[in-house]
Amino acid sequence: TPSSCLRPPSPPPTRALTPRTRELPPLPQLAELPELHQMMRQTCRDYAQKELAPIAAQLDKDHKFPAKQVKELGAMGVMAVEVPESLGGAGMDYLAYCLAVEELSRGCASTGVIVSVNNSLYLGPILKFGTEEQKKQWITPFTTGERVGCFALSEPGNGSDAGAASTLAQQEGDEWVLSGTKAWITNCWDASATVVFATTDKSLKHKGISAFLVPMPHPGLSLGKKEDKLGIRASSTANIILEDCHIPLGNMLGERGMGFKIAMQTLDSGRLGIAAQALGIAQAALDCAADYAHKRTAFGAPIGKLQAIQFKLADMALAIESARLLTWRAAMLRDAKKPFTKEAAMAKLAASEAATFVSHQAIQVLGGMGYVTDMPAERHYRDARITEIYEGTSEIQRLVIANNILKEYQQ
Amino acid sequence: MHRSSEVKHVASYLNTRGCECFGQPCESHCPVLTDRTIHVQLKTFIKIRVKPDRTGVVTDGVKHSMNPFCEIAVEEAIKLKEKKLVKEVVAVSCGPQQVQETIRTALAMGADRGIHVEVSGKDYETLGPLQVSKIFAALAKKEQADLIILGKQAIDDDCNQTGQMTAALLDWPQGTFASEMTLEADKLKVVREVDGGLETIKIKLPAVVTADLRLNTPRYATLPNIMKAKKKKIANVKPADLGVDVCSRLEVLKVDEPPQRQAGVKVETVDDLVGKLKEAGRV
Repeated sequence: TPSSCLRPPSPPPTRALTPRTRELPPLPQLAELPELHQMMRQTCRDYAQKELAPIAAQLDKDHKFPAKQVKELGAMGVMAVEVPESLGGAGMDYLAYCLAVEELSRGCASTGVIVSVNNSLYLGPILKFGTEEQKKQWITPFTTGERVGCFALSEPGNGSDAGAASTLAQQEGDEWVLSGTKAWITNCWDASATVVFATTDKSLKHKGISAFLVPMPHPGLSLGKKEDKLGIRASSTANIILEDCHIPLGNMLGERGMGFKIAMQTLDSGRLGIAAQALGIAQAALDCAADYAHKRTAFGAPIGKLQAIQFKLADMALAIESARLLTWRAAMLRDAKKPFTKEAAMAKLAASEAATFVSHQAIQVLGGMGYVTDMPAERHYRDARITEIYEGTSEIQRLVIANNILKEYQQ
Repeated sequence: MHRSSEVKHVASYLNTRGCECFGQPCESHCPVLTDRTIHVQLKTFIKIRVKPDRTGVVTDGVKHSMNPFCEIAVEEAIKLKEKKLVKEVVAVSCGPQQVQETIRTALAMGADRGIHVEVSGKDYETLGPLQVSKIFAALAKKEQADLIILGKQAIDDDCNQTGQMTAALLDWPQGTFASEMTLEADKLKVVREVDGGLETIKIKLPAVVTADLRLNTPRYATLPNIMKAKKKKIANVKPADLGVDVCSRLEVLKVDEPPQRQAGVKVETVDDLVGKLKEAGRV
């Protein structure tokens, strides 16, 4: 029942005092963001630096879900940034959310994606398309960090081809019965609920897909094995198998047949969260490389003096900065309730390609040290790779951008 | 590394204040004052540079943030408020426009309102513990504070004077280097970290306490609190309004970098070592 899901808020997390902590350079953009956003960004940065960065390597090695940190982030309001205060969230805007995800990902990319999936992919669609009753039941308990949600759209048979959902939903009396398999679901081993997309009318093709809310665990819902991934290993990824899974009729999200639209709109926003995560990973890789360039000497001087390294650092910084501005712009358009699909696709594409480029070059700058686990560069390289794939592959982003451009120029 | 001799004293103090009503509703608000120093945040990746005229260090473009001991002081004040032992927490800072950012951080942690004592330009460069404690004393009287909590020292100048001077100016008891403090009726039990160990004292309110490292672990500002901080008020005050003259009695003659670390010398025997030490006049 909803009331049993509600827990008193946990006390805000504390941090260890390290007056002589080596801090990362302040980013000049801080001067241009509104004060509220600067403070919010600083708080997330402090948290990431002191609580996430020191444990990120171990979390990655152990494939361990950072439950304690997720609860602390929940207490800070970061697990539900855009959710209004009346429902238990922080009531801030999407730009603030993107800043939060970037700063957290700079500390630990897995934590960044856990935060992003909960905010954008789970809470996002319910906030937009849910009834008041659904919001109370499915949003409020998921704002505190005690519970996280996930988003089940992809299937073994279709990822980019989202319209071909083969998971079925059949009405039986006053219940929906779901059956099928969903693949690549982030957070699923640690989630308490999921938004599932299933076909209600096969003949209508993508217009026959609907969205459903399913609690976890639930009879008829089982999880596949945890995938052993290249990166973001502290976040769980697995299949969700639905076999004769009964849920009340009231668990449909939005109208019947609205599922595809809900998915696409959710992903539009979700890709900004992933863009932010990619920015964080890229920034962490740049931090690593630039620091090393100061310290490592070769040919009688720090390697930062060599043009080869300087050109790399310049290209890396440029890639990040460009992607960051695209991300902020898309977020601001969304906050102003203007169309932002093309900009969001550009942001995600730019940021994810920046992440893979920057982390690749960071290893190059570090040389042999970049290849071993003693330095975080190898982890950033592994974490970055997925950002070009999930929540819309780079290829899909290009299609989205191209379609929008062509529409603009339509005769 | 922190080099106290060369860092310019950049002082801004955040105050919050306490009330003696402990749990009983008060008609008049009695804010809690906690002191907090903003100083040049020392980052080991930024090389601290002495100004060419050797009157101080370069602070332009160096990010300023709240003194860690002052963060602990603010945290303690907010904890007292959460326990309903104090009514209001007021954060005070002395300095130029940018200290407002630090006051807002205190507000985001949970302080109720802020006071910005405007000191800028030349006055700010020479602002020291004596002037600041005079400002505090004046504010404490004006706001009718019952408790002033400060960081024990600023990590840029390591003066460790403001708390003690403020107490003396107000003729209030003081509990410095506090690693624990408990309010019991109108008395404050303070456990002090001193060279010999831990000293427990009981002082009567109104009083001044300076926070040491182990007093508490400061919280992260939560997003809802950051939002709320936007609406909290920061009052603007000038030292002249408080009747305080911020003219400094100290003149900085020069500021130098510490001497470059010299390489050591290896010796073969203990006799050689003693000989070298005698040569250097150390023995």
